[in-house]
Amino acid sequence: MEIGLNHYLVLSTILFAIGLVGVMRRKNLLLLFFATEILLNSVNIAFAAISHFYGDLTGQMFAFFVIAIAASEVAVGLGLLIVWHKRHGNIDLDTLSTMKG
Amino acid sequence: MFEAIAFYLFAFLTISMFFIAVTTSQALYALTALAAGMIFISAFFFILGADFLGAIQIVVYSGAVMALYAFGMMFFDTTREVKEKQGNKYIVVGLSTIAAVLVVLIFAAPLVSNNITALYPVIEGAGNTQEVGMVLFTKYLIPFEVAAVMLLVAMIAGIVLAGKKMDLSITLMNDAEINEIKTEQTKKVLS
Repeated sequence: MEIGLNHYLVLSTILFAIGLVGVMRRKNLLLLFFATEILLNSVNIAFAAISHFYGDLTGQMFAFFVIAIAASEVAVGLGLLIVWHKRHGNIDLDTLSTMKG
Repeated sequence: MFEAIAFYLFAFLTISMFFIAVTTSQALYALTALAAGMIFISAFFFILGADFLGAIQIVVYSGAVMALYAFGMMFFDTTREVKEKQGNKYIVVGLSTIAAVLVVLIFAAPLVSNNITALYPVIEGAGNTQEVGMVLFTKYLIPFEVAAVMLLVAMIAGIVLAGKKMDLSITLMNDAEINEIKTEQTKKVLS
């Protein structure tokens, strides 16, 4: 059975849905970051598959930039998370609902 | 045939790993499952002929990002069980609807995209890494440089936020306390 573009797009959708479920049900901010990584990775699969099946390298380029953005997001996000943890002693999402200093 | 077997095997493995990552109540299990899922995703890139992207996926995600998360987990109390959110039903219903519409759009997208032609077609007789280099350093040079600046900014932000005085917290002190620490340090140097 031939593996076509649709197979990869369906797989990407399933992974994206798993990431959305994670974003919806997680309370811990670190695990919320894990869910966003899953979202970014699922999109990367779709980019690479479209790049392969249309013979165009633009998809791979965008996947590279997505990876770069994910790396910088992790660096800044973890820094902010460490500052928050020093101040409040936990990283639950509910404590973030007020942003007063 | 080989491609189909590899695709279904790695699809099953990736979905199960990411499912574990979003459902487990132990942060360490989630981290490990996520790292395994990242490596399995690189298998899809190798199947699709994007060798360089697969190598970058392993190096950046399983190396850098996972190491950063493991480093961050040392700061947080991750040994206790993670509390789960009691979700608002309307948000869950709304996001599920959006996900369903997304599935329909993805199935419908190939129907309207038959007239797509390649903007930067694959160069004949060159390896994947060579092709990527040719396109990245001609057509996408400015985004590449902007991404480099963005990574530099992120690095500086990470160092400033988390790096200084790991036992103290410079970001929470007022100026008088910081000056006190500085004078203590200069005293130590002088004496």
